[in-house]
Amino acid sequence: MSKEMRMSPYTEQMADKAVMAFSGFQADVRALQKHLSARHLIYQHQHNKQMSCPAMAQLLSTTLYFKRFFPYYAFNVLGDLDSHGKGCVFTYDAVGSYERVGYSSQGSGGTLIMPFLDNQLKSPSPLFQLNEYYLYNIDMHDQDAVTPLSEAEAIDLVKTCFASASERDIYTGDKLEMVVLNASGIRHEFMDLRKD
Amino acid sequence: MMKENNSAPAKMNLLLSPEDSQRTLSPYVTGTSVVGIKYKDGILMAADMGGSYGSTLRYKSVERMKSVGKHSLIGASGEISDFQELLRYLDDLILYDNMWDDGNSLGPKEVHNYLTRVMYNRRNKFDPLWSSLVLGGVKNGKKYLGTVNMIGVHYEDDHLATGFGNHLARPILRDEWKEDLSFEEGVKLLEKCMRVLLYRDRSAVNKLQIAKITEEGVKVYDPYSLKTFWNFKAFQNPTVGAEGSW
Amino acid sequence: MFRKQYDTDVTTWSPAGRLFQVEYAMEAVKQGSAAIGLRSKTHVVLGSVNKANSELSSHQKKIFKVDDHIGVAIAGLTADGRVLSRYMRSECINYEYSYEASLPVGRLVVQLADKAQVCTQRSWKRPYGVGLLVGGLDESGAHLYYNCPSGNYFEYQAFAMGSRSQAAKTYLERKYETFVDSTRENLLKDALFALRETLQGEKLTSFTCTLAILGVGEAFHVLDQQTVQAMINEFELAGEDAPTAEEGDQAGGVEEGAAVEQGAPLDQDVTPMDL
Repeated sequence: MSKEMRMSPYTEQMADKAVMAFSGFQADVRALQKHLSARHLIYQHQHNKQMSCPAMAQLLSTTLYFKRFFPYYAFNVLGDLDSHGKGCVFTYDAVGSYERVGYSSQGSGGTLIMPFLDNQLKSPSPLFQLNEYYLYNIDMHDQDAVTPLSEAEAIDLVKTCFASASERDIYTGDKLEMVVLNASGIRHEFMDLRKD
Repeated sequence: MMKENNSAPAKMNLLLSPEDSQRTLSPYVTGTSVVGIKYKDGILMAADMGGSYGSTLRYKSVERMKSVGKHSLIGASGEISDFQELLRYLDDLILYDNMWDDGNSLGPKEVHNYLTRVMYNRRNKFDPLWSSLVLGGVKNGKKYLGTVNMIGVHYEDDHLATGFGNHLARPILRDEWKEDLSFEEGVKLLEKCMRVLLYRDRSAVNKLQIAKITEEGVKVYDPYSLKTFWNFKAFQNPTVGAEGSW
Repeated sequence: MFRKQYDTDVTTWSPAGRLFQVEYAMEAVKQGSAAIGLRSKTHVVLGSVNKANSELSSHQKKIFKVDDHIGVAIAGLTADGRVLSRYMRSECINYEYSYEASLPVGRLVVQLADKAQVCTQRSWKRPYGVGLLVGGLDESGAHLYYNCPSGNYFEYQAFAMGSRSQAAKTYLERKYETFVDSTRENLLKDALFALRETLQGEKLTSFTCTLAILGVGEAFHVLDQQTVQAMINEFELAGEDAPTAEEGDQAGGVEEGAAVEQGAPLDQDVTPMDL
């Protein structure tokens, strides 16, 4: 994407505690977001509550897959708090494959960031991969599959990632917007990146 | 070598259905940059009046900025015929809106969003309207300036430009634009941008219009020319050092 | 005297120039439990009386959110009311998609009325048996509309419909001039008083009524039971007694038929599964 839009947000709040970050074709992403927010509104009309995070994640997947043969060129990361109040991240491809993960990065800088995050955060063994059993029976395990970080440490890590990505990736923009989701609500933080 | 040229009009076949031939595969008559800025009382916009047929300056008095209802102003670059078609859509939209006669009216934000949907839908049909649009307006004291292009990418900003303007005018605007520009300062800033574009963009012509929209309504000013200075040495004999064979 | 001959299908006129089927549909509205609405410059309040169809059942939901800026209260066939509110919701969503703005209330009401009108002119259809009070806020201010099965619609300062609504209407008619500049709280209070009128001596509790509000800076929402009960208690403690309106005799104070308004969850904030 060209750098015409120097101050346009790359994140969208989908529910009280769900945030979608995107990369890809902006017009497709906006269409997708508008569609999802309409679906979320209908859900609220029908059920008198906000969508849960697995529901929102599944809806995003089916919506993307519905256009399997003329896809939305959109690469999404959905961040949310689950029913246990635990943070969860869902990562997608353009046609709706998705997975719940501990961390994810996408877009042109994503390929630079991802291996760094793997190195910093991933559990020693792939057997510690997050799975349904693990996710919904937290008490059963005392070890986190992803290296646990404090909020401040996590924010620092994200900043480092983007600062690094912008060193080599020309498409990473001038500013970073971070959305921090925790039990007390949603907060936006900004940081300047390399201006070249 | 060019045998196909004298054959009958394209026959129906699997690769070329009649609908295909009715899509814009490349533009015919195009307008170049539009520049728009917010200023103290509303929005100012500038565009020249050239209409290029490929690289030929074919038309010299094309109006590329029009009012849309009471609260909006649209400026376009790209295929002129598509812009004029789009104006017909907008006329329908505004007429329908006025027919309610109920004290509600579409503001610039609504019109911009409508345009966004039209442009994006057409690109999804692989039949785009070949334009980059800038839409500005004021309603209930709120200024609005947004853009949308032929594939449906859209955003808002304090100042905007299309085409070459994005490369040549916006860096100037980023340096010099401020929130409370007066009308005179705004026009000066736009003229500065248009002059740079005139010098550097071969499709630009020295006949431009400025339009403003405020709470009072739209005003598109009469066309005029900018003062230019071409007496630089390099301009006087551009072929020095590059002599041709004749 | 012409009834028998001319009332079996919607599209046949009686010699007196009436469409009996349409009038019967309007009768269904009168038999539904009461719903009221009133507005100030900035707020609209909708209220409804909840009637359980039997001792064993809960009452039906009579107030629906259409969008943040529009809500409806219904009287008559609840099932028809739900269909129409679903239509209104989708119109709002579609408008939002095209313009990223909220649909002006008046326009939605016209669309709704046109939809109702079609049913009065087609041999294979039946008119909707529901009256809708549409409250909404748009750039021209707060509005309250009444939509009728006949396809007619009217804008009101305050309105009451449904069984024994005449008493509420009388109350509202006496006080409507104060509503324009009324505060949000006073509007709610007047809504409760008007609702009480329709109960004719029965005790007003938060079980027997629902209140909803929308206004400038306040998205449409149904007030929860505790809030309503607190308001009722407050008025009773203060000893405020609304002047009893003349017992307006009115057509169709009949108890609801089996088809009209039955069984729906009580609490607006929980899903049916959570109850």
